[in-house]
Amino acid sequence: MNISNLMNKAYFDIIRPGIHSTLQDLGRNNQYHIGIPFSGSMDKRNYLISNKLLGNKLNECSLEFAYQGPLMKLNFGKVSAVITGNVTFNIIRKNSEIDKGICYQNFILNDGDKLDIISTNRSVYGYLSIKNGFFGEYIWNSCSVNTKAKIGSNNGEKFGVNQKVYLNENKSLSDLRKINYSNSKIEYIRVLKGTNFNFFSEEAKKTFFSNEFTVSKLTDRMGMRLEGPNIENLKETNIRSEGLIKGVIQVPADGNPIIMLSDHGTIGGYPKIAVVISADYDRLTQLTPGSKIKFKLVELSEAENLFKLYEIETENILNQIR
Amino acid sequence: MLKNISNLGDAALYCDFGDQINIETNLHVIKYFKNLQKLNLKGITNITPSYNKLIISFDLSIINYENLKKKIKNLNFKEIEKNKSKIIKIPICIDNEFSLDLNRLSKKLKIEKDKIIQSFINKEYFCYMTGFIAGMPFLGDINSNIRLERLETPRVKVPKGSVGITEQFCNIYTFESPGGWNIIGNTPIKIFDKSNEENPIKINPGDRVIFCEINKDEYFKLNE
Repeated sequence: MNISNLMNKAYFDIIRPGIHSTLQDLGRNNQYHIGIPFSGSMDKRNYLISNKLLGNKLNECSLEFAYQGPLMKLNFGKVSAVITGNVTFNIIRKNSEIDKGICYQNFILNDGDKLDIISTNRSVYGYLSIKNGFFGEYIWNSCSVNTKAKIGSNNGEKFGVNQKVYLNENKSLSDLRKINYSNSKIEYIRVLKGTNFNFFSEEAKKTFFSNEFTVSKLTDRMGMRLEGPNIENLKETNIRSEGLIKGVIQVPADGNPIIMLSDHGTIGGYPKIAVVISADYDRLTQLTPGSKIKFKLVELSEAENLFKLYEIETENILNQIR
Repeated sequence: MLKNISNLGDAALYCDFGDQINIETNLHVIKYFKNLQKLNLKGITNITPSYNKLIISFDLSIINYENLKKKIKNLNFKEIEKNKSKIIKIPICIDNEFSLDLNRLSKKLKIEKDKIIQSFINKEYFCYMTGFIAGMPFLGDINSNIRLERLETPRVKVPKGSVGITEQFCNIYTFESPGGWNIIGNTPIKIFDKSNEENPIKINPGDRVIFCEINKDEYFKLNE
Protein backbone atom coordinates (compact mmCIF):
# COMPACT_ATOMS: atom_id res chain seq x y z
CA MET A 1 0.00 0.00 0.00
CA ASN A 2 1.19 3.47 -0.87
CA ILE A 3 1.03 6.28 1.66
CA SER A 4 -0.56 8.61 -0.90
CA ASN A 5 -3.56 6.26 -1.06
CA LEU A 6 -4.16 7.04 2.58
CA MET A 7 -4.15 10.81 2.27
CA ASN A 8 -7.90 11.19 2.75
CA LYS A 9 -8.06 8.88 5.70
CA ALA A 10 -7.49 9.45 9.38
CA TYR A 11 -4.06 10.46 10.61
CA PHE A 12 -2.40 12.06 13.61
CA ASP A 13 -0.38 15.27 13.38
CA ILE A 14 2.52 15.10 15.78
CA ILE A 15 2.77 18.32 17.76
CA ARG A 16 5.36 16.94 20.21
CA PRO A 17 6.99 13.61 19.36
CA GLY A 18 8.05 12.59 22.88
CA ILE A 19 11.41 11.07 23.70
CA HIS A 20 11.44 7.88 21.67
CA SER A 21 8.18 7.09 19.90
CA THR A 22 8.32 4.28 17.33
CA LEU A 23 5.96 1.82 15.65
CA GLN A 24 6.47 -1.73 16.88
CA ASP A 25 4.95 -5.20 16.68
CA LEU A 26 6.21 -8.61 17.81
CA GLY A 27 9.60 -8.13 16.09
CA ARG A 28 11.37 -9.93 13.25
CA ASN A 29 13.02 -13.35 13.12
CA ASN A 30 15.71 -14.98 11.03
CA GLN A 31 17.92 -11.96 10.29
CA TYR A 32 20.52 -12.12 13.08
CA HIS A 33 23.01 -13.61 10.61
CA ILE A 34 23.01 -10.42 8.52
CA GLY A 35 23.18 -8.13 11.55
CA ILE A 36 19.50 -7.35 12.05
CA PRO A 37 18.31 -7.87 15.65
CA PHE A 38 14.87 -8.92 16.82
CA SER A 39 13.51 -5.43 17.72
CA GLY A 40 9.74 -5.40 18.47
CA SER A 41 7.90 -4.21 21.56
CA MET A 42 10.11 -4.11 24.63
CA ASP A 43 7.28 -5.04 27.03
CA LYS A 44 5.52 -7.74 25.04
CA ARG A 45 2.72 -8.34 27.53
CA ASN A 46 1.57 -4.71 27.62
CA TYR A 47 1.77 -4.57 23.83
CA LEU A 48 -0.43 -7.69 23.45
CA ILE A 49 -2.98 -6.43 25.98
CA SER A 50 -3.36 -3.14 24.07
CA ASN A 51 -4.27 -4.92 20.84
CA LYS A 52 -6.57 -7.39 22.57
CA LEU A 53 -8.48 -4.49 24.19
CA LEU A 54 -9.39 -3.29 20.69
CA GLY A 55 -10.15 -6.70 19.22
CA ASN A 56 -7.13 -6.30 16.90
CA LYS A 57 -4.87 -9.02 15.57
CA LEU A 58 -2.44 -9.59 18.41
CA ASN A 59 0.55 -8.58 16.27
CA GLU A 60 -0.98 -5.34 14.96
CA CYS A 61 1.21 -2.26 14.49
CA SER A 62 1.25 -0.16 17.72
CA LEU A 63 3.02 2.98 18.88
CA GLU A 64 5.58 2.46 21.63
CA PHE A 65 6.72 5.47 23.64
CA ALA A 66 9.39 5.86 26.31
CA TYR A 67 9.16 8.16 29.37
CA GLN A 68 7.31 11.02 27.67
CA GLY A 69 4.97 10.12 24.82
CA PRO A 70 3.67 12.21 21.93
CA LEU A 71 1.13 15.03 21.87
CA MET A 72 -0.85 14.55 18.67
CA LYS A 73 -4.04 15.64 16.98
CA LEU A 74 -6.44 13.36 15.11
CA ASN A 75 -7.60 14.49 11.68
CA PHE A 76 -10.39 13.17 9.45
CA GLY A 77 -11.63 10.40 11.61
CA LYS A 78 -13.15 8.82 14.64
CA VAL A 79 -11.22 5.93 16.14
CA SER A 80 -11.08 3.61 19.12
CA ALA A 81 -7.78 3.74 20.96
CA VAL A 82 -6.21 2.38 24.12
CA ILE A 83 -3.08 2.97 26.18
CA THR A 84 -1.36 0.31 28.27
CA GLY A 85 1.47 0.56 30.75
CA ASN A 86 1.68 2.79 33.77
CA VAL A 87 0.91 6.03 31.93
CA THR A 88 -0.47 9.49 32.67
CA PHE A 89 -2.31 10.97 29.69
CA ASN A 90 -5.09 13.35 28.77
CA ILE A 91 -7.56 13.55 25.93
CA ILE A 92 -8.02 17.18 24.94
CA ARG A 93 -11.37 17.42 23.17
CA LYS A 94 -11.96 19.75 20.23
CA ASN A 95 -13.92 22.10 22.53
CA SER A 96 -10.87 22.23 24.88
CA GLU A 97 -12.46 20.03 27.55
CA ILE A 98 -9.95 17.68 29.08
CA ASP A 99 -10.71 14.03 29.85
CA LYS A 100 -8.22 12.39 32.15
CA GLY A 101 -6.97 9.24 30.48
CA ILE A 102 -7.41 5.79 32.01
CA CYS A 103 -5.05 2.98 30.98
CA TYR A 104 -6.30 -0.50 30.05
CA GLN A 105 -9.67 0.84 28.91
CA ASN A 106 -10.41 1.79 25.32
CA PHE A 107 -11.74 5.25 24.45
CA ILE A 108 -12.92 7.13 21.37
CA LEU A 109 -11.05 9.96 19.70
CA ASN A 110 -13.00 12.29 17.38
CA ASP A 111 -11.80 14.46 14.54
CA GLY A 112 -9.82 17.36 16.05
CA ASP A 113 -9.24 15.72 19.46
CA LYS A 114 -5.72 15.73 20.84
CA LEU A 115 -4.04 12.96 22.77
CA ASP A 116 -1.41 14.14 25.23
CA ILE A 117 0.72 11.30 26.59
CA ILE A 118 2.42 13.04 29.49
CA SER A 119 4.61 10.36 31.02
CA THR A 120 5.15 6.78 32.03
CA ASN A 121 5.31 6.42 35.80
CA ARG A 122 8.04 4.41 37.55
CA SER A 123 8.44 2.58 34.23
CA VAL A 124 9.91 3.22 30.79
CA TYR A 125 7.58 2.02 28.03
CA GLY A 126 3.90 2.45 27.24
CA TYR A 127 1.78 1.45 24.23
CA LEU A 128 -0.82 3.27 22.19
CA SER A 129 -2.92 1.03 19.97
CA ILE A 130 -5.65 2.02 17.53
CA LYS A 131 -8.47 -0.15 16.21
CA ASN A 132 -7.03 -1.89 13.09
CA GLY A 133 -3.59 -0.52 13.86
CA PHE A 134 -1.27 2.16 12.59
CA PHE A 135 -0.10 2.11 9.00
CA GLY A 136 3.19 0.19 9.20
CA GLU A 137 5.84 -0.49 6.57
CA TYR A 138 6.80 -4.16 6.63
CA ILE A 139 10.17 -5.74 6.03
CA TRP A 140 10.85 -9.39 6.91
CA ASN A 141 7.29 -9.74 8.24
CA SER A 142 7.56 -6.97 10.79
CA CYS A 143 6.78 -3.26 10.89
CA SER A 144 9.07 -2.73 13.90
CA VAL A 145 11.35 0.29 13.66
CA ASN A 146 15.06 -0.41 13.95
CA THR A 147 16.75 3.00 14.07
CA LYS A 148 20.23 1.51 13.73
CA ALA A 149 19.66 -0.22 10.35
CA LYS A 150 16.97 2.32 9.43
CA ILE A 151 14.43 -0.36 8.61
CA GLY A 152 10.74 -0.84 9.33
CA SER A 153 8.03 1.82 9.58
CA ASN A 154 8.69 5.54 9.14
CA ASN A 155 11.95 4.75 7.27
CA GLY A 156 13.32 3.20 10.40
CA GLU A 157 13.20 6.44 12.38
CA LYS A 158 11.55 7.51 15.60
CA PHE A 159 8.80 10.10 15.11
CA GLY A 160 9.73 13.77 14.87
CA VAL A 161 7.78 17.00 15.22
CA ASN A 162 5.23 17.91 12.52
CA GLN A 163 5.15 14.40 11.15
CA LYS A 164 1.93 12.65 10.23
CA VAL A 165 1.14 9.19 11.58
CA TYR A 166 -1.27 7.33 9.31
CA LEU A 167 -3.79 4.76 10.45
CA ASN A 168 -4.99 1.67 8.67
CA GLU A 169 -8.44 1.90 7.18
CA ASN A 170 -10.97 1.74 9.91
CA LYS A 171 -14.73 1.51 9.43
CA SER A 172 -15.96 0.53 12.87
CA LEU A 173 -15.33 1.39 16.49
CA SER A 174 -14.42 -1.12 19.12
CA ASP A 175 -16.83 -2.12 21.92
CA LEU A 176 -15.85 -0.75 25.29
CA ARG A 177 -13.39 -3.18 26.80
CA LYS A 178 -11.36 -2.81 29.94
CA ILE A 179 -9.30 -4.82 32.32
CA ASN A 180 -7.92 -4.32 35.80
CA TYR A 181 -4.25 -4.88 35.43
CA SER A 182 -1.34 -3.69 37.50
CA ASN A 183 2.24 -4.08 36.39
CA SER A 184 3.91 -6.26 39.00
CA LYS A 185 7.11 -5.16 40.67
CA ILE A 186 10.03 -7.50 40.61
CA GLU A 187 12.45 -8.05 43.46
CA TYR A 188 15.13 -9.87 41.49
CA ILE A 189 16.08 -10.30 37.87
CA ARG A 190 16.61 -14.02 37.49
CA VAL A 191 19.50 -15.19 35.34
CA LEU A 192 21.26 -18.32 34.08
CA LYS A 193 25.04 -18.69 34.05
CA GLY A 194 26.60 -17.16 30.96
CA THR A 195 28.96 -19.05 28.64
CA ASN A 196 32.03 -17.26 30.09
CA PHE A 197 30.98 -17.58 33.73
CA ASN A 198 34.35 -19.06 34.64
CA PHE A 199 36.29 -16.08 33.34
CA PHE A 200 35.32 -14.27 36.52
CA SER A 201 36.93 -14.59 39.96
CA GLU A 202 34.99 -16.25 42.80
CA GLU A 203 34.93 -12.83 44.44
CA ALA A 204 33.45 -11.26 41.27
CA LYS A 205 30.71 -13.90 41.04
CA LYS A 206 29.83 -13.30 44.68
CA THR A 207 29.78 -9.56 44.08
CA PHE A 208 27.55 -10.01 41.03
CA PHE A 209 24.90 -11.94 42.96
CA SER A 210 25.03 -10.23 46.34
CA ASN A 211 25.22 -6.56 45.41
CA GLU A 212 22.79 -4.06 43.96
CA PHE A 213 23.45 -2.41 40.62
CA THR A 214 22.00 0.86 39.40
CA VAL A 215 20.48 1.23 35.94
CA SER A 216 22.52 3.91 34.16
CA LYS A 217 21.20 6.83 32.10
CA LEU A 218 23.00 5.29 29.12
CA THR A 219 20.16 2.83 28.61
CA ASP A 220 18.06 2.57 25.47
CA ARG A 221 16.40 -0.05 23.23
CA MET A 222 19.85 -1.48 22.42
CA GLY A 223 21.16 -2.10 25.88
CA MET A 224 20.99 -1.40 29.59
CA ARG A 225 24.20 -0.27 31.22
CA LEU A 226 24.64 -0.93 34.92
CA GLU A 227 26.75 0.84 37.52
CA GLY A 228 27.90 -0.66 40.77
CA PRO A 229 30.71 -2.74 42.20
CA ASN A 230 33.39 -3.70 39.70
CA ILE A 231 33.21 -7.25 38.31
CA GLU A 232 36.76 -8.55 38.14
CA ASN A 233 37.69 -10.66 35.15
CA LEU A 234 40.57 -13.09 35.80
CA LYS A 235 40.95 -14.64 32.40
CA GLU A 236 40.43 -12.32 29.44
CA THR A 237 38.50 -9.12 28.96
CA ASN A 238 37.89 -9.80 25.26
CA ILE A 239 36.72 -12.95 23.52
CA ARG A 240 36.51 -13.76 19.81
CA SER A 241 33.42 -11.98 18.52
CA GLU A 242 30.37 -14.22 18.48
CA GLY A 243 26.59 -14.05 18.31
CA LEU A 244 24.47 -12.38 20.97
CA ILE A 245 20.84 -12.70 22.01
CA LYS A 246 18.66 -10.36 24.04
CA GLY A 247 19.14 -10.71 27.78
CA VAL A 248 22.87 -11.53 27.57
CA ILE A 249 24.89 -9.71 30.24
CA GLN A 250 28.36 -8.80 28.94
CA VAL A 251 31.14 -7.42 31.13
CA PRO A 252 33.68 -5.26 29.27
CA ALA A 253 37.13 -4.42 30.65
CA ASP A 254 35.82 -1.55 32.79
CA GLY A 255 33.85 -4.08 34.90
CA ASN A 256 30.41 -2.50 34.40
CA PRO A 257 27.83 -5.01 33.08
CA ILE A 258 25.75 -4.29 29.98
CA ILE A 259 22.48 -6.17 29.31
CA MET A 260 21.58 -6.67 25.64
CA LEU A 261 18.06 -5.45 24.85
CA SER A 262 15.83 -5.86 21.78
CA ASP A 263 17.83 -3.67 19.31
CA HIS A 264 21.25 -5.04 20.37
CA GLY A 265 24.22 -5.48 18.04
CA THR A 266 24.09 -9.08 16.79
CA ILE A 267 27.77 -9.81 17.44
CA GLY A 268 29.86 -8.97 20.50
CA GLY A 269 33.27 -9.63 21.94
CA TYR A 270 32.93 -9.21 25.70
CA PRO A 271 32.68 -12.11 28.14
CA LYS A 272 29.14 -13.16 29.07
CA ILE A 273 28.67 -13.57 32.80
CA ALA A 274 24.93 -14.35 32.74
CA VAL A 275 21.73 -14.32 30.68
CA VAL A 276 18.37 -12.94 31.89
CA ILE A 277 15.61 -15.58 31.78
CA SER A 278 12.85 -15.08 29.21
CA ALA A 279 10.15 -14.79 31.88
CA ASP A 280 11.76 -11.66 33.38
CA TYR A 281 12.51 -9.79 30.15
CA ASP A 282 9.35 -7.59 30.01
CA ARG A 283 9.84 -6.37 33.55
CA LEU A 284 13.56 -5.83 33.04
CA THR A 285 12.92 -3.42 30.17
CA GLN A 286 10.62 -1.34 32.37
CA LEU A 287 13.36 -0.51 34.90
CA THR A 288 14.09 3.22 34.76
CA PRO A 289 17.55 4.80 35.04
CA GLY A 290 18.40 5.07 38.74
CA SER A 291 16.49 1.88 39.64
CA LYS A 292 18.27 -0.72 41.71
CA ILE A 293 18.66 -4.17 40.27
CA LYS A 294 19.68 -7.43 41.94
CA PHE A 295 20.40 -10.73 40.19
CA LYS A 296 19.41 -14.21 41.30
CA LEU A 297 20.90 -17.35 39.79
CA VAL A 298 18.45 -20.09 38.69
CA GLU A 299 18.80 -23.43 36.88
CA LEU A 300 17.64 -24.00 33.31
CA SER A 301 14.66 -26.20 34.31
CA GLU A 302 13.46 -23.50 36.70
CA ALA A 303 13.78 -20.83 33.98
CA GLU A 304 11.71 -23.00 31.64
CA ASN A 305 9.00 -23.46 34.27
CA LEU A 306 8.96 -19.76 35.04
CA PHE A 307 8.47 -19.06 31.33
CA LYS A 308 5.51 -21.49 31.21
CA LEU A 309 4.01 -19.62 34.15
CA TYR A 310 4.60 -16.28 32.41
CA GLU A 311 2.86 -17.57 29.30
CA ILE A 312 -0.12 -18.97 31.21
CA GLU A 313 -0.46 -15.68 33.08
CA THR A 314 -0.37 -13.72 29.83
CA GLU A 315 -2.95 -16.01 28.28
CA ASN A 316 -5.23 -15.68 31.30
CA ILE A 317 -5.03 -11.90 31.15
CA LEU A 318 -5.80 -11.88 27.42
CA ASN A 319 -8.68 -14.33 27.91
CA GLN A 320 -10.26 -12.06 30.51
CA ILE A 321 -10.73 -9.46 27.78
CA ARG A 322 -13.88 -10.06 25.78
CA MET B 1 33.80 -30.08 13.78
CA LEU B 2 31.03 -29.41 16.28
CA LYS B 3 32.69 -30.00 19.65
CA ASN B 4 30.10 -29.10 22.22
CA ILE B 5 26.56 -27.76 22.61
CA SER B 6 25.55 -25.81 25.72
CA ASN B 7 22.77 -23.37 26.54
CA LEU B 8 22.97 -19.61 26.18
CA GLY B 9 20.12 -18.50 28.41
CA ASP B 10 16.87 -20.49 28.24
CA ALA B 11 16.15 -19.89 24.55
CA ALA B 12 19.38 -20.49 22.60
CA LEU B 13 21.86 -23.27 21.80
CA TYR B 14 25.55 -22.34 21.92
CA CYS B 15 27.45 -24.56 19.50
CA ASP B 16 31.22 -24.58 19.89
CA PHE B 17 33.44 -25.63 16.98
CA GLY B 18 36.78 -25.35 18.84
CA ASP B 19 39.25 -22.65 19.76
CA GLN B 20 40.98 -22.31 16.40
CA ILE B 21 40.06 -19.27 14.31
CA ASN B 22 40.75 -20.30 10.75
CA ILE B 23 38.92 -20.83 7.50
CA GLU B 24 38.60 -24.58 8.04
CA THR B 25 36.82 -24.20 11.39
CA ASN B 26 34.67 -21.40 10.01
CA LEU B 27 33.63 -23.52 7.00
CA HIS B 28 32.24 -26.10 9.45
CA VAL B 29 30.23 -23.35 11.15
CA ILE B 30 28.94 -22.12 7.79
CA LYS B 31 28.07 -25.66 6.73
CA TYR B 32 25.89 -26.09 9.82
CA PHE B 33 24.39 -22.64 9.33
CA LYS B 34 23.42 -23.20 5.68
CA ASN B 35 22.05 -26.68 6.28
CA LEU B 36 20.00 -25.57 9.28
CA GLN B 37 18.64 -22.64 7.27
CA LYS B 38 17.44 -25.06 4.60
CA LEU B 39 15.94 -27.50 7.10
CA ASN B 40 13.80 -24.76 8.59
CA LEU B 41 13.21 -26.67 11.85
CA LYS B 42 10.10 -25.70 13.76
CA GLY B 43 10.76 -23.32 16.64
CA ILE B 44 14.14 -21.96 15.47
CA THR B 45 13.95 -18.16 15.29
CA ASN B 46 17.53 -17.18 14.44
CA ILE B 47 20.86 -18.78 13.55
CA THR B 48 24.00 -16.68 14.08
CA PRO B 49 27.31 -17.98 12.71
CA SER B 50 30.61 -16.45 13.84
CA TYR B 51 34.30 -17.45 13.56
CA ASN B 52 34.03 -20.64 15.60
CA LYS B 53 30.56 -20.56 17.19
CA LEU B 54 26.99 -20.96 16.05
CA ILE B 55 24.13 -19.65 18.14
CA ILE B 56 20.69 -21.11 17.47
CA SER B 57 17.87 -19.10 19.04
CA PHE B 58 14.49 -20.71 19.47
CA ASP B 59 10.97 -19.91 20.59
CA LEU B 60 10.66 -21.33 24.10
CA SER B 61 6.90 -21.67 23.72
CA ILE B 62 7.47 -24.16 20.85
CA ILE B 63 10.57 -26.16 21.82
CA ASN B 64 13.11 -26.29 24.67
CA TYR B 65 16.87 -26.68 24.98
CA GLU B 66 17.10 -30.45 25.55
CA ASN B 67 14.72 -31.37 22.72
CA LEU B 68 16.32 -29.10 20.16
CA LYS B 69 19.82 -30.21 21.20
CA LYS B 70 18.81 -33.84 20.60
CA LYS B 71 17.53 -32.94 17.14
CA ILE B 72 20.63 -30.99 16.18
CA LYS B 73 23.00 -33.69 17.45
CA ASN B 74 21.37 -36.33 15.27
CA LEU B 75 21.52 -34.32 12.07
CA ASN B 76 23.86 -35.40 9.36
CA PHE B 77 24.98 -32.50 7.21
CA LYS B 78 26.43 -32.67 3.76
CA GLU B 79 29.40 -30.57 2.71
CA ILE B 80 28.54 -27.24 1.13
CA GLU B 81 29.57 -27.10 -2.48
CA LYS B 82 32.88 -25.29 -2.80
CA ASN B 83 31.98 -23.45 -6.01
CA LYS B 84 29.09 -21.72 -4.25
CA SER B 85 31.47 -19.26 -2.65
CA LYS B 86 31.42 -16.07 -4.73
CA ILE B 87 34.29 -13.70 -5.43
CA ILE B 88 33.20 -10.08 -4.98
CA LYS B 89 35.25 -7.07 -6.05
CA ILE B 90 34.91 -4.06 -3.79
CA PRO B 91 36.30 -0.69 -4.93
CA ILE B 92 38.16 1.25 -2.24
CA CYS B 93 39.42 4.84 -2.28
CA ILE B 94 42.50 5.52 -0.14
CA ASP B 95 42.39 9.33 -0.38
CA ASN B 96 43.51 11.24 2.75
CA GLU B 97 39.91 12.24 3.32
CA PHE B 98 39.01 8.57 3.91
CA SER B 99 42.14 6.85 5.23
CA LEU B 100 41.78 8.19 8.77
CA ASP B 101 44.35 5.91 10.40
CA LEU B 102 46.89 5.37 7.63
CA ASN B 103 49.44 7.81 9.10
CA ARG B 104 49.08 6.20 12.52
CA LEU B 105 49.47 2.71 11.05
CA SER B 106 52.52 3.80 9.07
CA LYS B 107 54.17 5.18 12.21
CA LYS B 108 53.27 2.24 14.46
CA LEU B 109 54.16 -0.47 11.95
CA LYS B 110 57.18 1.47 10.62
CA ILE B 111 56.07 0.78 7.04
CA GLU B 112 55.50 3.38 4.33
CA LYS B 113 51.87 4.15 3.55
CA ASP B 114 52.16 2.91 -0.05
CA LYS B 115 53.54 -0.40 1.16
CA ILE B 116 50.61 -0.85 3.57
CA ILE B 117 48.15 -0.27 0.71
CA GLN B 118 50.05 -2.59 -1.63
CA SER B 119 49.97 -5.27 1.04
CA PHE B 120 46.23 -4.84 1.54
CA ILE B 121 44.68 -4.50 -1.92
CA ASN B 122 44.33 -7.09 -4.72
CA LYS B 123 44.36 -9.94 -2.22
CA GLU B 124 41.56 -12.44 -1.68
CA TYR B 125 39.84 -12.25 1.72
CA PHE B 126 37.42 -14.77 3.19
CA CYS B 127 34.14 -13.65 4.83
CA TYR B 128 33.94 -15.36 8.24
CA MET B 129 30.70 -13.75 9.37
CA THR B 130 28.33 -10.82 9.00
CA GLY B 131 26.76 -8.68 11.66
CA PHE B 132 27.16 -6.40 14.66
CA ILE B 133 25.48 -3.81 12.45
CA ALA B 134 23.43 -4.79 9.40
CA GLY B 135 25.56 -6.28 6.64
CA MET B 136 28.99 -5.65 8.21
CA PRO B 137 31.36 -8.36 6.87
CA PHE B 138 34.25 -9.70 8.97
CA LEU B 139 36.98 -10.58 6.44
CA GLY B 140 40.39 -12.19 6.74
CA ASP B 141 43.21 -12.80 6.81
CA ILE B 142 45.29 -9.70 6.14
CA ASN B 143 49.05 -10.01 5.67
CA SER B 144 50.90 -10.32 8.96
CA ASN B 145 53.09 -7.23 8.31
CA ILE B 146 50.10 -4.84 8.54
CA ARG B 147 48.36 -6.27 11.60
CA LEU B 148 47.69 -3.92 14.51
CA GLU B 149 45.39 -3.90 17.53
CA ARG B 150 42.29 -1.66 17.53
CA LEU B 151 42.27 1.99 18.66
CA GLU B 152 42.58 2.44 22.41
CA THR B 153 39.68 4.86 22.42
CA PRO B 154 37.10 3.88 19.79
CA ARG B 155 35.69 6.62 17.53
CA VAL B 156 32.18 7.74 18.41
CA LYS B 157 31.39 7.94 14.69
CA VAL B 158 33.08 5.96 11.94
CA PRO B 159 31.82 7.19 8.54
CA LYS B 160 29.63 4.91 6.42
CA GLY B 161 31.63 2.89 3.88
CA SER B 162 34.84 2.94 5.95
CA VAL B 163 37.15 -0.04 5.52
CA GLY B 164 38.94 -0.92 8.74
CA ILE B 165 41.64 -3.38 9.78
CA THR B 166 42.52 -4.87 13.13
CA GLU B 167 44.59 -7.93 14.01
CA GLN B 168 44.13 -10.49 11.20
CA PHE B 169 40.78 -9.08 10.05
CA CYS B 170 39.26 -6.28 8.01
CA ASN B 171 35.66 -5.04 7.82
CA ILE B 172 33.39 -2.52 6.15
CA TYR B 173 31.20 -0.11 8.16
CA THR B 174 27.83 -0.39 6.39
CA PHE B 175 26.43 2.49 8.47
CA GLU B 176 27.89 5.36 10.41
CA SER B 177 28.61 3.69 13.71
CA PRO B 178 30.89 3.81 16.75
CA GLY B 179 33.98 1.66 16.20
CA GLY B 180 37.64 1.08 16.99
CA TRP B 181 39.14 -0.43 13.82
CA ASN B 182 42.00 1.28 11.95
CA ILE B 183 40.39 3.00 8.97
CA ILE B 184 42.43 2.84 5.75
CA GLY B 185 39.89 3.78 3.09
CA ASN B 186 36.26 3.99 2.02
CA THR B 187 34.06 2.17 -0.46
CA PRO B 188 31.29 3.94 -2.40
CA ILE B 189 29.40 0.64 -2.83
CA LYS B 190 26.22 -0.05 -0.85
CA ILE B 191 26.93 -3.23 1.15
CA PHE B 192 23.49 -3.37 2.84
CA ASP B 193 20.44 -2.65 0.68
CA LYS B 194 17.12 -2.95 2.50
CA SER B 195 15.15 -2.56 -0.75
CA ASN B 196 16.39 -6.02 -1.74
CA GLU B 197 14.50 -8.08 0.84
CA GLU B 198 15.57 -11.45 -0.62
CA ASN B 199 19.25 -10.63 -0.72
CA PRO B 200 19.97 -7.48 1.26
CA ILE B 201 23.69 -8.00 1.82
CA LYS B 202 26.42 -7.98 -0.78
CA ILE B 203 28.88 -10.18 1.13
CA ASN B 204 27.74 -13.40 2.81
CA PRO B 205 29.65 -15.75 5.14
CA GLY B 206 31.83 -18.01 2.97
CA ASP B 207 32.20 -15.46 0.13
CA ARG B 208 35.56 -14.11 -0.99
CA VAL B 209 36.34 -10.40 -1.39
CA ILE B 210 39.03 -8.49 -3.29
CA PHE B 211 39.56 -4.76 -2.72
CA CYS B 212 40.48 -2.77 -5.87
CA GLU B 213 41.84 0.75 -5.55
CA ILE B 214 39.98 3.63 -7.22
CA ASN B 215 40.67 7.37 -7.28
CA LYS B 216 38.46 10.11 -5.89
CA ASP B 217 36.75 10.90 -9.23
CA GLU B 218 35.80 7.25 -9.68
CA TYR B 219 34.66 7.17 -6.05
CA PHE B 220 32.15 9.97 -6.54
CA LYS B 221 30.91 8.47 -9.81
CA LEU B 222 30.21 5.15 -8.08
CA ASN B 223 28.81 6.66 -4.89
CA GLU B 224 25.62 4.82 -3.93
